[in-house]
Amino acid sequence: MPSPPVSDPDLTRAGLPRPIVDVRGLRTHIVTRWGTVKAVDGVSFQVAEGETLGLVGESGSGKSMTCLSLLRLVPRPAARILGGEVWLDGEDLLAKSEREMRAIRGRRIGMILQDPMSSLNPVFSIGMQMREPVALYHGLRGSALAARAAELLAAVRIPAPAERLRAFPHQLSGGMRQRVVGAMAIAAPPRLLIADEPTTSLDLTIQSQYLGLLEELQDRHRLALVFVTHNLGIVARICDRVAVMYAGRIVEMGPVRRLFTRPAHPYTRALLESIPRLGTRATRLTAIEGQPPDLAHLPAGCAFAPRCPSVMERCRVEAPPETVVEAGHVTRCWLEAPARPGDSPGPGAGPAR
Amino acid sequence: MPAEPGVLARPDREAVIPITVERRGLRLPLFSLAMIALFVVAALVAPLLSLPDPTAQSLRARFTPPAWVDGGSREHLLGTDRLGRDLLSRIVWGARVSLAAGVVTVLLASAFGAAVGLAAGYYGGRVDATLMRITDATLSFPVILLALILAVTVGPSFTNVVIAIAVILWARYARVIRGQVLTLMRLDFVAQARLAGAGAWRIITRHLLPNTLGTLLVLVTLQIGYVIIVEASLSFLGAGIPPPTPAWGSMIAEGRDVVTRAWWVSLFPGLAILLVVLAFNLLGDWLRDTFDPKLRQL
Repeated sequence: MPSPPVSDPDLTRAGLPRPIVDVRGLRTHIVTRWGTVKAVDGVSFQVAEGETLGLVGESGSGKSMTCLSLLRLVPRPAARILGGEVWLDGEDLLAKSEREMRAIRGRRIGMILQDPMSSLNPVFSIGMQMREPVALYHGLRGSALAARAAELLAAVRIPAPAERLRAFPHQLSGGMRQRVVGAMAIAAPPRLLIADEPTTSLDLTIQSQYLGLLEELQDRHRLALVFVTHNLGIVARICDRVAVMYAGRIVEMGPVRRLFTRPAHPYTRALLESIPRLGTRATRLTAIEGQPPDLAHLPAGCAFAPRCPSVMERCRVEAPPETVVEAGHVTRCWLEAPARPGDSPGPGAGPAR
Repeated sequence: MPAEPGVLARPDREAVIPITVERRGLRLPLFSLAMIALFVVAALVAPLLSLPDPTAQSLRARFTPPAWVDGGSREHLLGTDRLGRDLLSRIVWGARVSLAAGVVTVLLASAFGAAVGLAAGYYGGRVDATLMRITDATLSFPVILLALILAVTVGPSFTNVVIAIAVILWARYARVIRGQVLTLMRLDFVAQARLAGAGAWRIITRHLLPNTLGTLLVLVTLQIGYVIIVEASLSFLGAGIPPPTPAWGSMIAEGRDVVTRAWWVSLFPGLAILLVVLAFNLLGDWLRDTFDPKLRQL
């Protein structure tokens, strides 16, 4: 674990300044031939200055769609943001015009996508691509522009940045390219940085370096960072808080340490049990039973009910409300719902470690 | 495992791999380049060459055979036609017509077609469906027929030939470019540009168009040959460049009736067409293979 700037995540959470991003009841639906998919179904979260929120969940759980909704870049016309609020520094982004949004994208909200191989334009040199956002955001020109671009490359630890500006994307390694993308994303610098699995296609050492770099950049610019991943190891390393998504909803959210040691939702528990660990007895990894839900035809009650080891009658009928387990730790599960203290916890309950 | 600065700083040159060009691609198509250069230069400097006036008639010199055949004269290297006009001179001046028709038509068609393809691929949905149906309809219309209609109604002229061909030809560009844009749109750099606040115009001009230029260049080269053939066909049919302007197609047509007696009248313009079109096609093939082996199906 990196020790430096961010100390105990729980403490960071406690002394929060007002949030940079405040998402409330966000709903984004996708109309498909097979029915309407509630890709984002009432998602709410906040991220404060200098804070990192991990967004985890299976493929198709709505993580990416949530992020794209913040930028109002959901794939149209199939997908639509139907409701909710997205507050950025006290302004509701969902009420903005498309023109206003264009000025916000990149400048105030940056986003890094997962594929470093294709996230740079192959026909332009790194310098030409770097200069574009810098010129756009800061109105720089000529040598000042080139200097600023080189400075940004240096900030993402690219050696010999001035020389590298003349290189073309295919001349750089995947890790390098991803860092260039990172450099472009912090050109403004933005208030909120969204990283959508930026390290999945990098090998482990490069991944580790890149995460260190992200932390450093975040620290320097006091960015709010939303980190989308399905890698819980990364969450443990860089996130302050984590939100677990399942079928378009946040089923559990809380400080990383709390969530990892005392998960409240059976799905979170199952996720944690499916991580391989060194130094424990060699048992089979626990896979989560059943199939990921068919998003176009979700069951009436809790979406996880069909796969849940602790499922109860009620789960199949009624969706569980958001319940506060402890300050800053919320979940959507009947097991934690206050009205039913007598229900016996399922077999998977108890501390995960 | 905190990331140390030292770990990140890699040796200077390690990540920069020099561009390697495949050997196969380096062998220049010398025949094509030489042939194209020859015709282009000849066409450009035609007025400066000490050639006879291509429209000067001389009934006494009619059907003079080429210089190396019995009865040939040094004044007319490739012989003369039925009005006694110098064939070499007419072929050189005809190159101006053919090359100009080819280049102008292809430029017009590619610019319009690329714009349509970019718009269709970028916007998708209904815009795409509409534009592509128009494209399909255009492709199903015969060029020759349209040119004949234009020639009959408005009268044959260089402009009408260019219009007739360009009005049909753009559809091919639209289709190919749209296909390529669809592929490009799935790549992250387009999404990344949008995330950085780029609008439609910026994405199309800065990201999509530059990535299709290779394809466009290949297509343009291959199509120049095609347009020269179509222009020649139109001139042959009398719907092309009107006489007395020398055009290769009409020259072949003029020699058609006398081909048994004066074979040279049709043969030399035919050879000129063959050489130029072949040169452009070979160059196009070479460009295609060199730029991007993925474009083989073009």
